[in-house]
Amino acid sequence: MEEKLPGTSSLNDLSDIRRIMERSSRFVSLSGLSGVAAGICAIGGAWVANRYFSNYYGAYNSRGFTTGDDFSQLKLKLMLLGAVVFLLAFASSYYLTWRKARKAGLPVWDHTSKRLAWNMLVPLMAGGAFIIGMLRYDVWIFVAPACLMFYGLALVNASKYTLSDIRYLGYCEIVLGTVNMLYPGYGLWFWAAGFGVLHIIYGVIMWNKYERNN
Amino acid sequence: MKNPITGLNKIFDNRIRLGVMSVLMVNEEISFNDLKQLLEVTDGNLATHLVNLEENGFIKVHKGFIGRKTNTTYSITRQGEKAFSDHISALENMIKGVK
Repeated sequence: MEEKLPGTSSLNDLSDIRRIMERSSRFVSLSGLSGVAAGICAIGGAWVANRYFSNYYGAYNSRGFTTGDDFSQLKLKLMLLGAVVFLLAFASSYYLTWRKARKAGLPVWDHTSKRLAWNMLVPLMAGGAFIIGMLRYDVWIFVAPACLMFYGLALVNASKYTLSDIRYLGYCEIVLGTVNMLYPGYGLWFWAAGFGVLHIIYGVIMWNKYERNN
Repeated sequence: MKNPITGLNKIFDNRIRLGVMSVLMVNEEISFNDLKQLLEVTDGNLATHLVNLEENGFIKVHKGFIGRKTNTTYSITRQGEKAFSDHISALENMIKGVK
């Protein structure tokens, strides 16, 4: 009863091999919606930070001076805000990716996601150390470009371990960070563009490409 | 004309063995449990095929421990890599022959 078209079974074998290689070496459950959620958190955070700044400069304009106290308070508030935004973005992205993985019946925390996390963490930790180093010398203006550049590098590095499209998001972040170096006073705007707008655009594109039809 | 089937390796006829080799081509090292999860097979079934691949010199077994639990990992050998690449080329040639 071997009436199969010759070659179909080799074709099936090849597509099986491809599928298994792909699935075993890359974390494919990363959801586009995660990008959108992270982007919204970032824009919300940038908006709040902008209010902090206008309060601070508002006080300067009305009183004619600001105290060192005001400044250290502003610093503290910004750091707290950063931590909250990061946690919110991380939690919402994690949830959406977990949901996608569950729908596909795939584990979230397996060797592919561990490898992805590690390869993202290394450049991010390096960036974090670099930024803390700058802050010790009160170099504030390069915080945003450094964030963007190191995050971009982390994404380019991570693209080998997840959907490869994320590489282009990484390139965009690096370019944005570089441009920000030329206009260091507008860090918050670049930050909002890189972490907010780009994430949302990327997320929508990815969702459209991989998830919409499933 | 050369028989297109000659390049095919009999050992890779089996889907599970084919799957194990595919995973090991792109992962330096992988644990028994990760393999089991990826290929969706039972312990016994997977173990049999792994022994077969090891006996043919296509994979290497490393036995280790995580705490007290055994952690067995597998990696591909040079010979295994060569055999698998040849097998894939043979499959590709067959498809080209049909077209």
